[in-house]
Amino acid sequence: MELPLLHLALVGTPNSGKTSLFNALTGSRQKVANYPGVTVERKEGFFVTPLGRQVSIVDLPGTYSLRGRSPDEEITRDFVLGKASGEIVPDLVLCVADSTNLRLTIRLLLELKRTGRPLVLVLNMFDIASRRGISVDVVRLAKELGVPVVTSIAVRKGGTADLLKLTDEISARLASEPRENSWRALSVPELRATQREADRIISDCVSLPARPDTLTARIDAIVLHPVGGLIVLALILFVMFQAVFAWAQPAMDLLKSGFDALGAFVQATLPDGLLQSFLQNGVIAGVGSVIVFLPQIILIFLFILLLEDFGYMARAAFLMDRIMGGAGLHGRAFIPLLSSFACAIPGIMATRVIDNKRDRLTTILIAPLMTCSARIPVYTLIISAFIPARDVWGFINLQGLVMFGLYAAGITSALVVSFLIKFFMLRDYAPAPFMLELPDYKVPRLKSIAIGIFTRAKMFLQRAGTTIFSMMVLIWFLASFPQPPAGATEPAINFSLAAIIGKAIEPLLAPVGFNWQIAVALIPGMAAREVAVAALGTVYAIEGGKEAAEQIGQVLASKWSLATALSMLAWYIFAPQCASTLAVIRRETGSWTWMAATFGYMLVLAYAASLLTYNVAVALGAG
Amino acid sequence: MTDTHDMRREMPLGLAQRGYTGVIRHLAAKEAGSALSDIELESRLIELGFVEGARVEVLHEGLVGRDPIAVRVDNITIAVRRREAMAIIVA
Ligand SMILES: Nc1nc2c(ncn2[C@@H]2O[C@H](COP(=O)(O)OP(=O)(O)OP(=O)(O)O)[C@@H](O)[C@H]2O)c(=O)[nH]1
Ligand SMILES: [Mg+2]
Repeated sequence: MELPLLHLALVGTPNSGKTSLFNALTGSRQKVANYPGVTVERKEGFFVTPLGRQVSIVDLPGTYSLRGRSPDEEITRDFVLGKASGEIVPDLVLCVADSTNLRLTIRLLLELKRTGRPLVLVLNMFDIASRRGISVDVVRLAKELGVPVVTSIAVRKGGTADLLKLTDEISARLASEPRENSWRALSVPELRATQREADRIISDCVSLPARPDTLTARIDAIVLHPVGGLIVLALILFVMFQAVFAWAQPAMDLLKSGFDALGAFVQATLPDGLLQSFLQNGVIAGVGSVIVFLPQIILIFLFILLLEDFGYMARAAFLMDRIMGGAGLHGRAFIPLLSSFACAIPGIMATRVIDNKRDRLTTILIAPLMTCSARIPVYTLIISAFIPARDVWGFINLQGLVMFGLYAAGITSALVVSFLIKFFMLRDYAPAPFMLELPDYKVPRLKSIAIGIFTRAKMFLQRAGTTIFSMMVLIWFLASFPQPPAGATEPAINFSLAAIIGKAIEPLLAPVGFNWQIAVALIPGMAAREVAVAALGTVYAIEGGKEAAEQIGQVLASKWSLATALSMLAWYIFAPQCASTLAVIRRETGSWTWMAATFGYMLVLAYAASLLTYNVAVALGAG
Repeated sequence: MTDTHDMRREMPLGLAQRGYTGVIRHLAAKEAGSALSDIELESRLIELGFVEGARVEVLHEGLVGRDPIAVRVDNITIAVRRREAMAIIVA
């Protein structure tokens, strides 16, 4: 007889290695990083035990208790208590502990016992504990706690063998005896008593050497130095943006010449006509112009992943807490905002760790102002067409400097907006506390970085192949039809639907210096920011006719004034052009109003910034 | 070790300088003036391991107002603001 699916749940304090364990058991690739609060969603996976039992396992956000103080902790509480609608209660709860730091997890375990669910204590990161000379009397610990205890090393091959074996043993004798759930939120004296009990058990079963992690202490002496730490943080960000511009160039040039060669090949082999135009102008000039930016996207993700895995993120939050507090932001907001440099969507999701509703809302509203990787193509295209590639002060690349300036403008405006929100809307506001565990540093694991980058690169290419491609088909169609009447002398595109639409909107955008081609690019750019680059590529390629095998950058340099280019850059610091971000804001705030508010305020800012930039630039003679 | 601590004056951790080491005597959430209710603040502090008898050391301070502080509590490091640390009475 086939046994029913066994339901496991991973519960534990933040950063104890639950997701690593989940990935090891199920072969998934969920996000793992060295700071508390990485997982903010429930994720289910499946595996089969050595004895052939089918298992469903659920990874949950980390929590210190079942009280559910923030949206992520509520997910864990509701799942463990079986409160989530239509949910099955887990047959077995795996309580995952960081073996170097058992106090808080053992207290959590004592609290979990009250739920009546069968439990196992998993002493994860046992490799680090052994290295530090921490020894645990596993047998005695199991006896004292009254639950099975097993050690594991989630990040090592075979490191979960004991856990798998134990799961089989337990599942064989899991009786269906109904157990009483006597859990309710612990009162302060109960909490204190549980922590005392946990400390007593630990002093009986665990021997700690007087050898703390000296490496972490030595690094922190520099990285958390009140002044030195901030300099290090600024340096890291500066190198990151310089690198995105300077180091990616060779790989981008290679991709670019590849697409150029492909375009030339299509033009040479296919007969003139619609098919040739579609492939050359729509697909290669359009989608190709976005794919060229893959190296930059990979680089920015590489930086962020390295910082996350090393354990720097929580430190950055520590350094920035009071500084961001001046702008009305919570220290915990730093990690979501830094993740938003990659993409605002995971950034907005990550705000679930912020327990105060107002702090969380403010962070969600400003996350889209952080320069996400989708803006890189737009910035790079315009910068390389209009800003000379020379060095300033001998060693800083001017283009990189402008890029850094754009990032800085995004950050500054986010702080200003947050300050205004606090000032006008959330006046009666006492600062919510900032309490964050600073994990020990870990050497970034090559495999997890590689997987992280691979996943992002795949997502980017998939987007290029789906959203961007379909938008390009649409734009190519609009820009190609209707075809010009016979004997027309103007460029064919002037007769197309695209030109009709673009010229209809142009008057609205003329004050900020945008021509009708930009107007055409901005609308499909709503689907995703990079589409604007692809759309410009296609529109100008079709307009240019056969000779348009030229680079899109060179075309722009000859068709736009410097003032228009700068205005476009200013527009993109703010423009709310990403449908998926708006959808996530709607979901996470549970309100259409906040989504509309975000869209509205960003659009107003974009227009105002462009208007100002354009007019100042024209006044200075760049028109 | 304990003897010397017994003789030391009690003070809130929120006033401690970098390098301070001591032992937690009790929690006094009322003293802190935190945005949280007394019960909530006390629960959170206990959940992060700030209980009577735990050994604490102030490892680092921030720049603005020397806030927040990074505190070693037994063998983990926790960042807290001085305002909340006022609730932790050490000696
Ligand atoms: N050396 C070692 N490192 C581990 C082990 N398990 C996890 N890690 C590392 O510990 C860090 C945290 O791992 P995660 O799996 O993200 O922890 P989590 O419990 O899911 O964290 P949250 O989702 O934030 O609650 C990562 O840097 C992992 O690479 C282990 O057994 N040994
Ligand atoms: Mg996780």
